[in-house]
Amino acid sequence: MSDISVHIEGVGKRFHIGGAMQKNDTLRDAIVAAAQRGLERVRHPGSVTSKTEVLWALRDVDIEVREGEVLGLIGGNGAGKSTLLKLLSRITEPTEGTMTLNGRVGSLLEVGTGFHPELTGRENIFLNGAILGMTREEIDSRFDDIVEFSEISRFLDTPVKRYSSGMYVRLAFAVAAHLEPEILLIDEVLAVGDAAFQRKCLGRMEDVAGSGRTVIFVSHNMQTVRALCTRVVELKEGRVINDGPPRAVIDQYLKLQGGTDGIVEWEGDEMPGDDDVYVAALRILGPDGAPTPVVLSTEPFTVEMDFHIDRMLDDLTVGFDLALGDGTIAFRTYHTDVDPSLWPGLHLGRNRFQCEIPADTLNAGRYSVLPRISVHKQRWIVHRGSVSFDVHRDPGASPFALADKPGAVAPLLRWQSIFDGS
Amino acid sequence: MTTGAAAEQAVRTARVIKPTRGWAALRLGELWEYRELLYFLTWRDIKVRYKQAVLGVAWAVLQPVLTMVVFTIVFQKLMHISYNPAIVNGKAIPYAIFTYTGLLPWNLFSGALSRAGTSVVGNAGLLTKVYFPRLVIPISAVLGGLVDFVIAFIVFLALMAAYHIAPTWHIVFLPLLVLLAMATALAVGLWLSALNVLYRDVGYIIPFVIQLWMFMSPVIYSPTFHNPLYKLIYGLNPMAGVIVGFRWALTGGAPPSGLLALSVVIVVVLLVTGLVYFKRMERTFADVV
Repeated sequence: MSDISVHIEGVGKRFHIGGAMQKNDTLRDAIVAAAQRGLERVRHPGSVTSKTEVLWALRDVDIEVREGEVLGLIGGNGAGKSTLLKLLSRITEPTEGTMTLNGRVGSLLEVGTGFHPELTGRENIFLNGAILGMTREEIDSRFDDIVEFSEISRFLDTPVKRYSSGMYVRLAFAVAAHLEPEILLIDEVLAVGDAAFQRKCLGRMEDVAGSGRTVIFVSHNMQTVRALCTRVVELKEGRVINDGPPRAVIDQYLKLQGGTDGIVEWEGDEMPGDDDVYVAALRILGPDGAPTPVVLSTEPFTVEMDFHIDRMLDDLTVGFDLALGDGTIAFRTYHTDVDPSLWPGLHLGRNRFQCEIPADTLNAGRYSVLPRISVHKQRWIVHRGSVSFDVHRDPGASPFALADKPGAVAPLLRWQSIFDGS
Repeated sequence: MTTGAAAEQAVRTARVIKPTRGWAALRLGELWEYRELLYFLTWRDIKVRYKQAVLGVAWAVLQPVLTMVVFTIVFQKLMHISYNPAIVNGKAIPYAIFTYTGLLPWNLFSGALSRAGTSVVGNAGLLTKVYFPRLVIPISAVLGGLVDFVIAFIVFLALMAAYHIAPTWHIVFLPLLVLLAMATALAVGLWLSALNVLYRDVGYIIPFVIQLWMFMSPVIYSPTFHNPLYKLIYGLNPMAGVIVGFRWALTGGAPPSGLLALSVVIVVVLLVTGLVYFKRMERTFADVV
């Protein structure tokens, strides 16, 4: 059992919101509130006077982290991730449960905690180091490394208030990166700095993780979580709902995020079309063939359309628009776009067409599919209805990939060099 | 063997976090572990205070000296306030020295109290991001006043030399009196800083309290009582003992033993209750601040 680094057992954290336990900002409010409670008791003897609303930010959380594991905590806003880190770093106390931490804990919930703008870079290194829990000896011995990592050696004796925000972040992260506890708790701190410095920090974190230290890491950036973590725990409304290898947990999380979209089925008069041709259903299918509200940009997905033909018409074209969240059409496609020998056949009665969108086509964001059926160049039959879905972009294998890229689409294209360099 | 050693180390460094119930242990030993942080926070406060001011260290000289000059003009020359000066070499201590010996501990105390009282709220950014024993904050706020005190004390020695008055040998008790003044500021500061987290009014009340407190302390006058009950009530203010003690230590006179003993008792009571209250409240600081 000695290789268990962090043991969280039945941990819960309760907050009081509203009602009697409300934080009274001023003494006057406190006095007024106390008087009101007293009055309430006089008016309604025996009634429950405390109207406290209780919010469990965390409940029944059990997690065991082994030594050397890099655990990612993911979940939507208010899931309890940051609260859990605050409990582990002893900033606040749990309401119930027990946590056992084997080893020295360093927590990094913010870069530059305690930095003072009036002090110089050199002075802030010592101050911030002490705040993060380093001894003076440790700071002394790592001072040169910190300065080198921060790339600001020329401005070491300049007050931090004259730094650019980039320099400030670099210095702050440099101090934090040289914290060497056995258990490291990190909250979303990589969301700062320019791309090159972020990569440097990621590299440093990988070193830390690789050196056998235990890391617990909170992030909204799934790419980072996937790259760094050996295990991922998903929290939702204060409870652990998934725990396992990064890929499985993250995919599951992304899929559940989009809600019930990704599928639309019409009935009776609602069905887009006319008496002869009408659409019954529209679905976005993931790689496993099941409807999904969220697709990953690195995986192909399928648009599936169910429609009925009660009377066969000549020159019928079946297709859809793929539009951005603001309605701009990214592209339009018809089953008749290709060589006629490749057209799928139309039947009287029920038809189901599928169209595969290749991997690495769309950008991150919300898209919608709008069915379009017409008699070629004559009239629209279907020109309403839509189904929407989200694309999560996985920047892929490139170390230079950007999390957000401009553009309606984001195809991954091959490049080649024409001259051979001689 | 190695596994045994590893296990032993794991046991040694294991930390268990559990909800604290009821009256928390004071865990004052933990403060020792964080002495370096205490040092750095105190150092930060002092450094920043002098860096931001154009006149820097000159303020520490100007403030008590100007106050002394104004008090001497207003209270002695204009109002002919009665004071009960110590007699040195057959000559009464001048009012300027008399009031300066009151201002020395008073400025130390009032500065420390006003900084300590708002210290927890003022460091909210630290409280919500890093763990350390929260007591470090008000303690460093109190300690931060020592540099000003030392500068003001050097000015005092210069004043004494200018008036050709030598300090008495009682000066050896001065460190204890300084400690008592700081303990008083810390004791009250613990209460106020914890209350200030819940009720922001406390921040506004502090300057007002300090102002009234000065008039209840013998900074500009010597207290004379005919009724022993009044004297006792007056003595409940620990700063009365501290200031009278300062005068005795620096310029001589009758030792204020009774008053000082009462001050020590009051400060100990305030300090212990303040510590307990602070410790009880600190668990929720990060949640409510």
